[in-house]
Amino acid sequence: MNRRRFLHSLSLAATAPASAILAACSSAPRRGAAHVVVVGGGYGGATTAKYLRMWSAGRIDVTLIEREARFVSCPMSNLVLAGLRNLGDLTASYDRLRTRWGVRVVNDEVVHVDVTRRQARLARHGDIGFDRVVLAPGVDFLTEQIAGLAGNSERIPHAWKAGPQTELLRRQIEAMPDGGVFALHVPRFPYRCPPGPYERACLVAHYLRARKPRAKLLVLDANSEIQSKKALFAAAFAGPYRDIIEYRPDSTLLSVDAQTLSADLEFDRVRADVLNVIPPMRAGRLVDRMGIPLTNGRWVDVDWRTMEARALPGVHVIGDAVLAAPGMPKSGHIANQQAKLAAAAIVELLDGRSPDPIPTLLNTCYSFVDDRNAIHVATVHRYDAAAGTVLPVAGAGGLSSAASEEEGRYAAAWAQSIRADTLA
Amino acid sequence: MTGKSTLAALCLLAGTTHAAESATDLAALHARNLAANCTPCHSADTPAPNAIPRIVGLPADSILQRLRAFRSGDAPATVMHQIVRGYSDEQLSLIATHLATSPDLALDPR
Ligand SMILES: Cc1cc2nc3c(=O)[nH]c(=O)nc-3n(C[C@H](O)[C@H](O)[C@H](O)COP(=O)(O)OP(=O)(O)OC[C@H]3O[C@@H](n4cnc5c(N)ncnc54)[C@H](O)[C@@H]3O)c2cc1C
Repeated sequence: MNRRRFLHSLSLAATAPASAILAACSSAPRRGAAHVVVVGGGYGGATTAKYLRMWSAGRIDVTLIEREARFVSCPMSNLVLAGLRNLGDLTASYDRLRTRWGVRVVNDEVVHVDVTRRQARLARHGDIGFDRVVLAPGVDFLTEQIAGLAGNSERIPHAWKAGPQTELLRRQIEAMPDGGVFALHVPRFPYRCPPGPYERACLVAHYLRARKPRAKLLVLDANSEIQSKKALFAAAFAGPYRDIIEYRPDSTLLSVDAQTLSADLEFDRVRADVLNVIPPMRAGRLVDRMGIPLTNGRWVDVDWRTMEARALPGVHVIGDAVLAAPGMPKSGHIANQQAKLAAAAIVELLDGRSPDPIPTLLNTCYSFVDDRNAIHVATVHRYDAAAGTVLPVAGAGGLSSAASEEEGRYAAAWAQSIRADTLA
Repeated sequence: MTGKSTLAALCLLAGTTHAAESATDLAALHARNLAANCTPCHSADTPAPNAIPRIVGLPADSILQRLRAFRSGDAPATVMHQIVRGYSDEQLSLIATHLATSPDLALDPR
């Protein structure tokens, strides 16, 4: 069986330290138990791994393969840019998934998935077999769509995957002269975290107002309007940040110059002291290697009863990589909900039963508008058999009436709680 | 979908797919899945203190009462009044019962 070959290759892997091998084997795969491989240990994948173990009461063996050694949260990373959090606050280990839940966590990159032979190929650890596979690779960037951007992420950071990029952008903001210009480009919808760019604008402006009061912040939005919590963000732009933020809709970005930090828009040219381009994005490139057709060349269309790729039953895809259902954002919260939907379906399917016919998902996204005040958007989504997709439940959900400190406390509490739900 | 048709669909599923599986088991499964909507914010594993109330393990009656009060507007809320409108009374009751007993927690709590 493939699993044995995988363990064999683990024990032979010269590149992996012995401790890593032991950790990866902390609960040895058992003969006869079903085995699920989860690729990607972000909000979606880590939650899937935990809930597969929980809901199968340990009957299903689960291997989680993640290329990074530690979990770093994108949610709350805009606070790092404003100097209100450290990256360390957003970083967590996968230890509890191992010790409490018995997930085998392998720190490696999946380079190929052979669906017919039901094997994943790892860069360093060889092949690993599975009964079912869950792909949660998040997004990759289409930097090549903006001339001059590819290869220049040190000069023009995206900071749209939390980590070194977040700290780099923070340093650039700190080094910016008073009277300087911070330009933020928002890609055309759909992209990861619809309110995220506008939260970033508010938080960076919050920092600038206190420390570099003569600085300007340009929001160059490829869309024709604010994409989430519109009235609430517009109120912040026009209220506390009216002297700092200038919002420019319909700002399609054609090219950038990394040397001069200038951005050529369709009808305009902008020079900045800090140029933060959030590039257009697509499903993580992992999905290309198994030939899953992508909708609009970007996202994986799924069957919402199981999260299986419509074009490739047996392969579950969750999180930002998925073609969102109507009204559904690409958020960590939704990735959590899709993870549970997939885990529940896989447990039923492996036991020879039908999955829950009416899956329901909930989303609540908080955004900070300054160091204390936050706003939210909430939606409930339910499977509609006639429509063959998940639809927002009419009459449910909504927005904050205004930013408040009470919601600021809930926003911080949300981050702690979802991390526990994902990793503890 | 209404609560009644939810149960009907679940019973239909029980009848057609797995004879040994009772409608009660399927309802319990559905309850577990619905309650998993709550745990990103209300995880049983969230370290205290946390501004979001901990609800796992509270008596089912008091959870349900609170959810209904959010819906009627009797309990002040920032977001819960918007969320509960996405669930039927029957679904809220399934959720409350599941959160109260939470049989799926802690594979090996250490
Ligand atoms: C600035 C910012 C703020 C945000 N704020 C919020 C918020 O407040 N609330 C909210 O709900 N969401 C927020 N989000 C969105 C949230 O971060 C994403 O929606 C969420 O991370 C999606 O989860 P995922 O599992 O699909 O992808 P990710 O969390 O990105 O996880 C994907 C993982 O897969 C790994 N991976 C990819 N390919 C491979 C491979 N081939 N082999 C091995 N590993 C691989 C990656 O290393 C990564 O760890 C924010 C995002 C940003 C950028």
